Amino acid sequence: MSNKDIVQPSAQKRHPLTPKGFKWYLGSALFLVVGLYILAAYQTQAFPDRVIEGLPIMFYFVVDDLWPPNWSYLPRVAMSLLETWNMALFSTTLAAIFALPMSFLAASNINQNSYFYQFIRNFLNLLRTIPEIILAVLFVALVGIGAVSGILALFVFSLGILAKLVSETIEAIDPGPVEAIRASGGNVFQVITFGVMPQILPQFASYSLYVLEINVKASVVLGFVGAGGIGIILRQQLSMFNYDNVATIIFMTFLTITIIDLISNRVRERLE
Amino acid sequence: MIEFKNVSLVYPNGHQGLKNINLKINDGEFVVVVGMSGAGKSTLIRSINRMVTPTEGELLLDDQDILSFKEKQLRKLRTEVGMIFQSYNLVKRMSVLRNVMAGRLGHTGTLRSMLGLFPQEDLQLGMSNLERVGIQEKAYVRADQLSGGQQQRVSIARVLTQQPKVILADEPVASLDPPTSHKVMKDLRRVSKEDNLTTLVNLHFIDMAQEYADRIIGLRDGEVVFDGPIDQVTDKTFEEIYGRPIKEDDLLGGDES
Repeated sequence: MSNKDIVQPSAQKRHPLTPKGFKWYLGSALFLVVGLYILAAYQTQAFPDRVIEGLPIMFYFVVDDLWPPNWSYLPRVAMSLLETWNMALFSTTLAAIFALPMSFLAASNINQNSYFYQFIRNFLNLLRTIPEIILAVLFVALVGIGAVSGILALFVFSLGILAKLVSETIEAIDPGPVEAIRASGGNVFQVITFGVMPQILPQFASYSLYVLEINVKASVVLGFVGAGGIGIILRQQLSMFNYDNVATIIFMTFLTITIIDLISNRVRERLE
Repeated sequence: MIEFKNVSLVYPNGHQGLKNINLKINDGEFVVVVGMSGAGKSTLIRSINRMVTPTEGELLLDDQDILSFKEKQLRKLRTEVGMIFQSYNLVKRMSVLRNVMAGRLGHTGTLRSMLGLFPQEDLQLGMSNLERVGIQEKAYVRADQLSGGQQQRVSIARVLTQQPKVILADEPVASLDPPTSHKVMKDLRRVSKEDNLTTLVNLHFIDMAQEYADRIIGLRDGEVVFDGPIDQVTDKTFEEIYGRPIKEDDLLGGDES
């Protein structure tokens, strides 16, 4: 008997790789999803021709209005960018300090009281559902226009993110050392400092830097509602149609964020 | 003295880990617990430091029933009962000495230990224990730089630094190659005899058990099916404990001495 005889399919019964019912299921799911996309495009008027028609307008805006940037406006921009950076730095540092204890409470392998654990988890979820722009509006109303309201808004927002990320890192640690310290009579604080902290320290630093990057970008937007930083002068100059100043702001912001991201990324690569 | 009186343990999923265990283990004895995997070896020794809690009976350590212990007494108990694990359970990113000092946590105040302020005499103790297992020159090396055998020695030094009365070793050499296994077992037996510590070791290799034990306890399906001093143990005994003929796999071999 040759090999060919073995691989010859029998005439009576064919074996599909995918069952027929599943094919129908997959097909209709695909049909539904595509349909929803079409409806979404229709509702938002997101048609490709609008982008194509808009391109020349954008081009002339950049060439006629934005160019050339007003370089004499640079000192004012630099000061505002420094404020933006300081806002991000303060809010991230505060968030890192407060997120650490929170994340232990939000890690099921450390906080073994399941009700308290669920409560903290839900609280952190709640923090993250509030957009930072809403937080900024609230804090501007509370403490007035300026960088402080921005710092508070970014702090609350990044606390939620950081505590979530760190608590997930804690839940993924090697349980061995924790078990060993519990078995030798260590209390929960000793378990944390000797069993958990050495294991999560690199990730904690890395996530804090990542949140710093996010906060620098977010604080640009927050200025639009009066929460300090570069956003305040950006809105001002936009509303006064000083497009040469706007160009300086955009260029410098782009440069600053790129440099910060670059440095932060390098450091984070080292940490991993 | 450790005394099991009618101890049984049923896990929440309904599995019966221990069935009506009655045992007396004298101070300074080096006991090896043997049995197939799933026979309840781990459950038995982990009951002694309450890493698992038996559901019935009494477990006496120096005439105190440890099954009734709550949070604070439990931590006190655990400072007196040291444990060695199959996977060493060291913090890999920490130095060897810091890992050894982790054994001292139960004797050190919370704030002091969190700041890393161990008394100098405790550090001396930690270093001398590293010396006893022959790796004092590795004290400031990160634990993950060490070989498996060295890491298990660090965990022995950690347990000694705890200054316990009892050592529990849960499959301490299951992750090591045969020659290293023998070296580690020799170290463990030597230090436990030097300090007159009661030691319970889980092993599944029968030649190892015969070589190092003073006394052997055999478990099958959560029950004690053999308990006797080493000179009463023959290959027949192991066949009874395992409930089947001895196979090549049950022997580790490779003792170089």
